[in-house]
Amino acid sequence: MNVDLDCRGLLCPLPVIKLAKTLPTVAVGDTVTVLADDPAAATDIPAWCRMRSQELVSAGENQYVVRRVS
Amino acid sequence: MSERTYLDAASAEPMHPAAREMLLSAVDSGWADPVRLHHEGRTARLLLDNARAVLADAVGVRPDELYLTTSGTAAIQAGLTAVRAARSRVGATIVHSAVEHSAVLHTAGEAAVEVGVDRLGRVGLAAFTDAVRRPGVAVAALQSANHEVGTRQPIEAAAAAAGDVPLFVDASASVAHDVVPAGWSVLAASAHKWGGPAGVGLLAVKKGTRIAPAWPMDEREDGLSPGFPNVPNALAAAAALQARLAEAEELGKQHRAWIDEVRRRVAADIPDVEVVGDADDRLPHILTFSCLYVDGEALVTALDAEGFAVSSGSACTSSTLRPSHVLAAMGVLTHGNVRVSLGRDTTHDEVQRFCAVLPGLVQRIRAEVGM
Repeated sequence: MNVDLDCRGLLCPLPVIKLAKTLPTVAVGDTVTVLADDPAAATDIPAWCRMRSQELVSAGENQYVVRRVS
Repeated sequence: MSERTYLDAASAEPMHPAAREMLLSAVDSGWADPVRLHHEGRTARLLLDNARAVLADAVGVRPDELYLTTSGTAAIQAGLTAVRAARSRVGATIVHSAVEHSAVLHTAGEAAVEVGVDRLGRVGLAAFTDAVRRPGVAVAALQSANHEVGTRQPIEAAAAAAGDVPLFVDASASVAHDVVPAGWSVLAASAHKWGGPAGVGLLAVKKGTRIAPAWPMDEREDGLSPGFPNVPNALAAAAALQARLAEAEELGKQHRAWIDEVRRRVAADIPDVEVVGDADDRLPHILTFSCLYVDGEALVTALDAEGFAVSSGSACTSSTLRPSHVLAAMGVLTHGNVRVSLGRDTTHDEVQRFCAVLPGLVQRIRAEVGM
């Protein structure tokens, strides 16, 4: 299962906040795909995954796939 | 407004009392044209020579190896360009770390080879060595320590790796705060970073390093300070540096211990915070951290309202809405970012009050967005 999260037009920290609120709503093993065009998201979404011990499946072209691992 | 606590010394420090005193007297005595042969001109020349001698000695060069510029940025731009021009037969490439001051990135332009840094902000020495030893490299640029996160760079090792390629060291964040390692060919610094006046940059070029200056090599001191020199400011910069160096050991020890304390307390008292930069191999007076889910601008504003002046590398605090290229290169959290930097007047009480007030503000801002 995957949930899309459209954060285009939002500035950090909003995309990260939305990701943090959405990820607990999916099952462990499922993914959230974040669409975010704020340049800061390119650093902050991977950093969030690292700090919260979640898996960054892919990152690129304003699209980030994050898997809930816990 | 409440009592002010200034914790942004790395952006600007109030003028050192010794510099202020010198500036006021030099405005009256050092206003004339130093190239003229009359009494007033010779007086100004003597003062300028004195200032240059002190500044040169402090950064470890001879007076005729020290150029005065109008800022640290101008020193970087002029210096890098002049070294590159002198080595045009070798190539135009400027190798630099990804966390250099923006003046380095702008000057290097398209002929740049950028070398990445690790999570602590330290340049990868193997990659740096590989880049600098390729053909076509005019000059390699590596800062002594980072101005945003405090991490020191391996200057001596980089100089050894560079071999015949001149090493350009932007020491703006370090001079008067920390020891600048040997090995550089060209060094840039800025007086307002040590309590001198704004508008004085240093460009030290060691003998044996060829430069092809783009600035006018007029009759003024053989081009050492092109244009009419600001003698009072140069003197004030020298006075501040001399005074600051005399205080450096004690201040350095104090700042190092207090920054350690802020680092510990921020990490312990605030959940979901990333303290960035090297914990030990760093400048004594700078600490940077980022708080998850916090808007950097909101945090800087909230701290300001409580009387604390800090800076931030978060995108929302910059005119371009892009995060600090330093934080991005390190791959650390860029939002909710705060840089604390201690000055010579900072007290332990102020540091402790900052540590006490910060967690509540972070909690409040998080609560506003439901976190």
